[in-house]
Amino acid sequence: MNLTYVVRDSTTMLRRNLRHLSRYPSLAVMLIAIPVVFLLLFVYVFGGTLGAGLPVDGGGTRADYLTYLVPGIWIMTVSSVANGTAVAVAIDQTGGMFARFRTMDIARVSVLAGHVLGAVIRTVLALAVMIVVALLLGFRSDAGVVGWLGAAGLVLLLAFSFTWLTVAMGLAAGSIETASNTPLVLMVLPVVSSGFVPTEQMPVGLRQFAEHQPFTPIIETLRALTSGAPVGSEGWFALGWCVVIGVVGYLWSRRQFGRVPTR
Amino acid sequence: MVGLHKSFGDHHVLDGVDLTVPGGTVYALLGPNGAGKTTMVNILSTLLTADAGEVRVAGHDVRREPARVRSAIGVTGQFSAIDMFLTGRENLRLMADLSHLDRRSAARDVAALLDRFDLVEAADRRALTWSGGMQRRLDLAMTLITRPRLIFLDEPTTGLDPRSRREVWDVVREQVADGVTVLLTTQYLEEADALADRVGVLDAGTLVAEGAPAELKALVPGDSTNLDDVFLALTGHAASAVGATHTADAIAPTAPNASTAQTGPTDQETTAR
Ligand SMILES: Nc1ncnc2c1ncn2[C@@H]1O[C@H](COP(=O)(O)OP(=O)(O)O)[C@@H](O)[C@H]1O
Ligand SMILES: [Mg+2]
Repeated sequence: MNLTYVVRDSTTMLRRNLRHLSRYPSLAVMLIAIPVVFLLLFVYVFGGTLGAGLPVDGGGTRADYLTYLVPGIWIMTVSSVANGTAVAVAIDQTGGMFARFRTMDIARVSVLAGHVLGAVIRTVLALAVMIVVALLLGFRSDAGVVGWLGAAGLVLLLAFSFTWLTVAMGLAAGSIETASNTPLVLMVLPVVSSGFVPTEQMPVGLRQFAEHQPFTPIIETLRALTSGAPVGSEGWFALGWCVVIGVVGYLWSRRQFGRVPTR
Repeated sequence: MVGLHKSFGDHHVLDGVDLTVPGGTVYALLGPNGAGKTTMVNILSTLLTADAGEVRVAGHDVRREPARVRSAIGVTGQFSAIDMFLTGRENLRLMADLSHLDRRSAARDVAALLDRFDLVEAADRRALTWSGGMQRRLDLAMTLITRPRLIFLDEPTTGLDPRSRREVWDVVREQVADGVTVLLTTQYLEEADALADRVGVLDAGTLVAEGAPAELKALVPGDSTNLDDVFLALTGHAASAVGATHTADAIAPTAPNASTAQTGPTDQETTAR
């Protein structure tokens, strides 16, 4: 299969994917709405109290909490979009579209590439919305261009990794409900990390979990990058986790892709 | 194909099937639910790999040259595989794009097929809103737009109303007139009789009878076209009893087992044109 066909078939598949998005904007809106609701809820309901508990001289304010919260909300946005990817993949798998594509002489990689590229585009759109919402709420950053580029790169890498992971979840699910439930793990984990409250304030067991799970170094790195602080070793952990998640997701997807759905 | 075997765990779904379909003819694989029809179509269409046996489709080994097989075949599976979120026209266009037709030919072929399958009126509505019969016809049109030389139809008319069924039959006949080879599976002797040059009866993973539709019907007492009667005559048990234990020997006294004898060079025979 030559490269021309790989590009051509992938473009066809991506076009199909984006057409779904334009046909069902309500679905995309809902996936973005979830992290927006979390942002509003945490800033306005808990923000005053949680801000006061931040390790800032004399206790922080609601505005300090907003600054603290935003990186975790970005991650949640990535998770939310990835959740939609799992559902879209499961629809194609259980509905027989993947099987149909596999009986055709097309570049195999294009079938999943359409979903992966589409997911990355949706993530970028969703993150743009989140950044605007955060700015409207008063989020300000001291970071320079390099910090923001670094943050953008890390979030995109994470989006790519999560997409492969959720593609695999969608393929493995066997039903659309399962496909929409399994990735909820990715929505819950950011809450049990340093994303919403500093881990020092958690009970011992939870704290140990929070400090060692993948989201904490990723969120800490984003926080440092967007506030202009030095990143330190957390950055390597963040990169490492992204790569590990992506590779596991990719290999798992490849294994699952060969399965024929039974009805 | 020669000596085809496929098991899922210790369940032998296909247990040594030999079968040849000459180019430009229709072969009907007749069997009740669970006989292994879909499994066989999945192997022929490169979705599954056989555990043993040699399978050549359009002259190419399915295991060694799957891409060549895929470029020759078109598959309509047992359940409609269409994109419910796209319109009928977009579904056909998707298939045309994936078979690398240029813009103009794609638009022309899409229009022609919509017309042929009586889908013009609904063409720009999402497939989700279509009736089952229309979805089935769209599925078939999507298979044909790639201009396959050989098509596999897995129970193409199960669950269809009589009008849609006749429509599908007409399409199959047109394809054969164009020189296309067709392998279809069905649960209806009537359908096999109407379309096929040869019929193979699949029961619990083995071909228990094979021949022209007339030969097969001759084995059945009366002029029943009930599958149960066919099976009773051929295997000594009703179709619904498939899965009950019986050995291949027990079925031996049946039909002209032309299939098992035919192990010759299947190459040019399975090659359509
Ligand atoms: N992926 C699978 N795993 C386990 N058993 C299967 C699988 N696919 C089919 N089978 C079994 O194989 C047998 C034949 O199935 P199938 O080929 O679908 O029959 P048919 O299409 O003739 O109804 C059935 O008993 C079915 O339960
Ligand atoms: Mg079947």
